[in-house]
Amino acid sequence: MAAPGITAPGALELERTWKTPDRGAVGVIFLIITETSLFTIFVATYLIYIGKSLNGPYPKDVLEVPILATVCLLSSSLTIYFAEHALKHRRLGLFKIWWIVTMCLGLEFLYMTGSEWYKLIYHDHLTISTNLFGSTFYSLVGLHASHVVVGLSFQLLVLIVTLLGFPIHTQLRRVLFLSWYWHFVDAVWVVVFTVVYIIGR
Amino acid sequence: MASIDYPLERPQTQESQFSFSVTFFKWVATVDHKRLGLMYIISALIFLVIAGIMAEVMRMQLMFPNNHLVEPDTFNRLFTMHGTTMVFLVGMPMVAGFSNYFVPLMIGARDMAFPRLNAFGFWIFLFGGLLLYFSYLGGGGLSGAGSAPDVGWFAYAPLTEKAFSRGGATDYWALGILVSGVGSIASAINVIATTLSLRCPGMTLSRMPVFVWVMLVDSWLIIIALPPLSAGQIMLEFDRHLGANFFDTQAGGSAVLWQHIFWIFGHPEVYILIFPAFAILSEVIPIFSRKPLFGRPAMVGAVVAIGFISLGVWAHHMFAVGMTSWSNTFFAASSMLVGVPTGIKIFNWTATMYGGKIRFATPMLFCLAFLFQFLTAGLTGIMLAVAPFDWQLHDSYFVVGHFHFTLVAGLVTGLFAGMYYWYPKITGRMLSEKLGKWHFWLFVIGLNMTFIPMHFLGLLGMPRRIYTYWPGRGWEFWNFFESIGAIVQAIAVAIFIYNVIYSYFRGEVAGDDPWDAWTLEWGTSSPPPEYNFEKLPVVRSARPLWDLKHPQDPDWKFE
Repeated sequence: MAAPGITAPGALELERTWKTPDRGAVGVIFLIITETSLFTIFVATYLIYIGKSLNGPYPKDVLEVPILATVCLLSSSLTIYFAEHALKHRRLGLFKIWWIVTMCLGLEFLYMTGSEWYKLIYHDHLTISTNLFGSTFYSLVGLHASHVVVGLSFQLLVLIVTLLGFPIHTQLRRVLFLSWYWHFVDAVWVVVFTVVYIIGR
Repeated sequence: MASIDYPLERPQTQESQFSFSVTFFKWVATVDHKRLGLMYIISALIFLVIAGIMAEVMRMQLMFPNNHLVEPDTFNRLFTMHGTTMVFLVGMPMVAGFSNYFVPLMIGARDMAFPRLNAFGFWIFLFGGLLLYFSYLGGGGLSGAGSAPDVGWFAYAPLTEKAFSRGGATDYWALGILVSGVGSIASAINVIATTLSLRCPGMTLSRMPVFVWVMLVDSWLIIIALPPLSAGQIMLEFDRHLGANFFDTQAGGSAVLWQHIFWIFGHPEVYILIFPAFAILSEVIPIFSRKPLFGRPAMVGAVVAIGFISLGVWAHHMFAVGMTSWSNTFFAASSMLVGVPTGIKIFNWTATMYGGKIRFATPMLFCLAFLFQFLTAGLTGIMLAVAPFDWQLHDSYFVVGHFHFTLVAGLVTGLFAGMYYWYPKITGRMLSEKLGKWHFWLFVIGLNMTFIPMHFLGLLGMPRRIYTYWPGRGWEFWNFFESIGAIVQAIAVAIFIYNVIYSYFRGEVAGDDPWDAWTLEWGTSSPPPEYNFEKLPVVRSARPLWDLKHPQDPDWKFE
């Protein structure tokens, strides 16, 4: 049996004015909340294990504050905002430039992390199994770096389809969601930086 | 109002004769929230039967003192797999299944917000479950004969470390649950986005059915509580395979940290599990009492309160660890605090029935049983929240009795109520009331026979997880009695499964609205078409179907 429509007085007016939040926005916001919960545990574990390592190397001996990487990552938050702004005004050329700059900054951050890890592993002989510092350091920084990789992968996808001529301005919403995720990754870095390189040292 | 004079119609499809490959493909490739919800519920029921059989074997082993039905090692595997399966492969998919099927229907939507993510969530959950069960074949690695995890469902460190838990069994536990947890988080985000974004015109948050509200808060708890478990399991796998030292006490790591991480997940988890029962009761009791839910805003407020307070009570599982007295005090107090909103809910359900015209159909019977039994479970919970009391009974059968009372006498009873209530909507046919009554009485008698004496045994000093015991401690009679109760429960569940299959083919045709209900899912056909509603509903009150059926006295006049 075909169901009779369920309706109420004033339905037309209600249908016309009815507004609900964007489902993609809600999805991304709650994805970010659940990711926050994941990071919280790793950060808390790091804090609990500060100074609990039984043998060296210790953070104060081997860690150098990654100023350049931090500047790169944080400024990429700004450039992705510029890119998004350019896209809003349909200035595709400008969008591409800022987008590529954002990706370069992200890649530079990853490169710096990689060289930091190279130095720690081959020069200072600190691995994930050396001591508690190694275990917590590599898992926390690595978890963050893996999020940078995910963000960069999606940015690469946007770049490729844009360069192939896809009208990316029709997907402004999705670009926006990606930039929220990217801002989140940056914000997490602020926490990781504070915990690992300031409190932890 | 319920009219059953037209023949049952199922959605007509293109092919006239049954073709296995086509049907199979339709189920595997579907993104329809109703099919996925149904697949969640059916797989949960299958896992329920598997884990139930494990429980029966354990009860048979404990039926007599000094019994040797199963080896000690097998017993360890049985209780580990029983607990893990019941929590992660029965409880969690039941949450996902019920919310998937009914949330879109109740808020007047055509599907979930992210249908493909939904399908991904289901399949990743199922493969996570299969991965866990593959441990029976692959757990021993290449050298061993194969075995399942035997570390208990909360897998305390350092027992799970490489040194004490050789082979791959513990890895199957960690990875299987990690994978199915991803599915639960995906499904929870989906439910939240659906609830907030796809409500039909007029369905404001204050008019949303309480079922949807509870599922919304449940999804909130899932996305907050599951990542800590994933984090713990990632650390555990790092420990086991990369040589990290998180839980390795010899390298300065802390085994208590695992307990904290696990219970930060674990205590919200028990609320995640019980919430579907709360959701179902909030729908069933008003319909069968012919009264709107008493204190609706208080009900919603209570659920939201539980959604926050339950995040801060975890360490009441750890009183015996030796925390500071300040932590003990804090967690004892917060655990008692969470009893307050739960008490509000029990009170409001009871008040809904007060003065109502109660119909004692099977769904309502299960709800009534829930009220009494869950209250009992809550009271033993308050007892265990008192830290000194917990020191006496920690890891005893009292605790086993307590949480089986919440989860079997509470959750499972609530789920049965939901299944009897919505089966007509899902299949278009009623479940047999006669078999339903048999199911109800046998199940309730059986579970009380099994789980009430567990409290006595705990007080008599019987520890949990022992595979046998010597005679002469006063434990023989109650263990025997419990095992008889377990058999009665098994018969009841068998009757239920027979009822589900029999009624699918022979049940009385239900019609669209057999219970004369008020929420939107009863306003479409049974089973609902793939698009749910031909025209999206427009509502102006919390009981849209009441408004339709009583145009002279609609609810929106009083809003």
